Amino acid sequence: MIEKKPIIFLLLATATILVGTIITMVLPFRWINDPKLAIASVKPYTPLQLEGRDIYIREGCNNCHTQTVRPLLSDTERYGEYSKSGEFVYDQPFLWGSRRNGPDLARIGGKYPDAWHVKHMKDPRAMVPRSNMPSYDFLNRPLDTSLSEKKMKALKFPYTQADLDALKGKSEMDAIIAYMQKVGNDIPWRKTGKTEVLGELKNPFQDNMSVLPEGQKLYAEHCAQCHGIELKGEVGPDLRDMDQPDSKVFATVYGGITAGGMPAFGDTLGKERTWKVVTYLKSVHKH
Amino acid sequence: MNQQEGYADDIVKGFVIWSMVWGLVAVLVGVFISFQIAFPQLNFPPYLTYGRLRPIHTNAGIFGWGIGSFMAFFIYITQRLTRTSLWSPGLAKAQLWLFNVVIALAAVTLAMGMNRSKEYAELEWPVASLVVVLWVIFAVNIVMTIVKRREEQMYISLWYILATLVGVAVLYLVNNASIPVSLTKSYSAYAGANDANVQWWYGHNAVAMVLTTPPLAIFYYFLPKATGVPIYSHRMGVIAFWSLIFMYLWTGAHHLLWAPVPDWVQTLAMAFSVMLIAPSWAAVFNGYFSMNGQWHQMRENYLVKFLIFGITFYGLQTLQGPSQSIRTFSAFIHFTDWVPGHVHMGTLGWVSLVLFAAIYYTIPRLYHTEIYSIGLANVHFWLVLTGQLIFSITMWIAGVQQAAMLNATNPDGSLHYSFIETLVELYPYWHMRALGGVIYLAGLLVFLYNIYLTIAGAKTQAAAQRA
Repeated sequence: MIEKKPIIFLLLATATILVGTIITMVLPFRWINDPKLAIASVKPYTPLQLEGRDIYIREGCNNCHTQTVRPLLSDTERYGEYSKSGEFVYDQPFLWGSRRNGPDLARIGGKYPDAWHVKHMKDPRAMVPRSNMPSYDFLNRPLDTSLSEKKMKALKFPYTQADLDALKGKSEMDAIIAYMQKVGNDIPWRKTGKTEVLGELKNPFQDNMSVLPEGQKLYAEHCAQCHGIELKGEVGPDLRDMDQPDSKVFATVYGGITAGGMPAFGDTLGKERTWKVVTYLKSVHKH
Repeated sequence: MNQQEGYADDIVKGFVIWSMVWGLVAVLVGVFISFQIAFPQLNFPPYLTYGRLRPIHTNAGIFGWGIGSFMAFFIYITQRLTRTSLWSPGLAKAQLWLFNVVIALAAVTLAMGMNRSKEYAELEWPVASLVVVLWVIFAVNIVMTIVKRREEQMYISLWYILATLVGVAVLYLVNNASIPVSLTKSYSAYAGANDANVQWWYGHNAVAMVLTTPPLAIFYYFLPKATGVPIYSHRMGVIAFWSLIFMYLWTGAHHLLWAPVPDWVQTLAMAFSVMLIAPSWAAVFNGYFSMNGQWHQMRENYLVKFLIFGITFYGLQTLQGPSQSIRTFSAFIHFTDWVPGHVHMGTLGWVSLVLFAAIYYTIPRLYHTEIYSIGLANVHFWLVLTGQLIFSITMWIAGVQQAAMLNATNPDGSLHYSFIETLVELYPYWHMRALGGVIYLAGLLVFLYNIYLTIAGAKTQAAAQRA
């Protein structure tokens, strides 16, 4: 009997463990690395982006932020296009995470302008009231670049001397923001997924003063971080005395301005609340 | 040296005491980070932020408290079940030193941000290499002791011990494969979805080989010792053993449901997770049926209370776990507070309750004395039970609430809540969780005090006898 033969027992137990291991851990390498899943537009990290990624790892950002958008309505509406395995081929290690104490970051690249990130890292609650993220103001220190070239070589990523020279004078903040602007942005999902608002839209709340308090509240929650609580502008432009028609303002808030760094709010606000924000915006003047 | 029947028991004392020290560290850090989540002002960058402290909490818990006490009890149990003294007490002594060096190094390097980022495999390659050395020393000592045993039959606990030794080795080596850049920095040898699949094969089987098989080995040994009656069915133990170690290894990808890893891997993981209910509950029933005619001991014997509540939480854990592994349910609760609620039922409820019982059983015997106070042991029991239940239950409710809010939509199909709107509703639950943690910590302090006075009392007794 095998309970009398420890070495044979040990070998049998090892073999038992290896069956599931081989089938579900070793074999999937073949499926995952299928050339059909490769995405040509996905590029390796530049030295600055890689340094930023290493800071993300050092600070343990992955303990609170995931980087996978699941093909589920509540994920795709909230964060954007669902994640594809071909997008992660240069991620050593992967940073998908396991818990969302904060929002998913798989599509953070290009969502906000750099200036938003600087402000948010410095004082998260200035941008998102009641956020529980720690302040990362201390990242405003010079980036240690002594290993940058070795890192690029270790991962076999292409780089030029110009890339390395570009690291001079950069801070850790510059690096982590460069990284974040790259995450999830190598496929053109923002452009193709952009909501186009067509036709002449009519504001259902035009001249309806009763929605102004709610519009103002929504503005304070979603817009004031960049445009200022008094609409005087900061990261984004001054919004007072807006001379654009309601439908145009609606289209901007709802669908965003990809090139200008204005995020789309349609998915989070929906039509009705967007109109309320628009009504409020149009009601604010310089005097 | 006061060694019973020639067993190397001083080393067991060392491991028990140090595992309790690291257990206290794990809980202290855990309570602190639970306050950090509720009160972000408590983050003190760069070293004391949630992001850097959370891996210290998990590593101190799993490796310091868990592995440390498993080493103690594997050495204790193996010697007794083989009726043989440890193959090399000197090696075990070196192992204790190395163990403490590794855990201390882990805490320091993680606070400094040297971190591979892979959960429960965060340690950078020089520290991880020391872990490998540590494990080899340990495994060789235990296996050699079993080989030279004087009791021909290997009791079921030894089966779980052997499976643990080989299982942890395979998992740790594969998932820690790295490309070093410097002494303090390395990159995973795998990329993207491959890395994710390897990681969760490791991550979930750390649950199998660290948080399941060792406590089962300890449970199967100490339940009969505590009750004085044998285990209900050896055969059921045998069937459960082989099916458990066969099925567990298929289930890692239930951590990756809806993620971009092949669908068939996810489906297999889901199916095997549900199948795992059978061997898990075989152990639960084996525990319960062993109590036939002995249930009065729940009232009279505080050790039995710890053990039976422990196996009960194991049973609950292995029903909740498979339910979370089902795609539709995972879609709802994954990434929410539900999951920490689940994990802590296993670690605080199952693993720690069994370990407390084993320590209460062995420490008085190793020091030739009685436990200082059974009353305090009961206070300890109720405090840790209350703390743990507050933790888990608040987190389950918080998880379901946040999931419901994240999924809520307006009539036009847009989402009703932004992420931050769902988050701010969690603060009351986080306050409750922190309170649960404080109660748990109080229970742990009562436990440590009780054990400290037991050992101190034994030493004065021994000194008095000598005089």
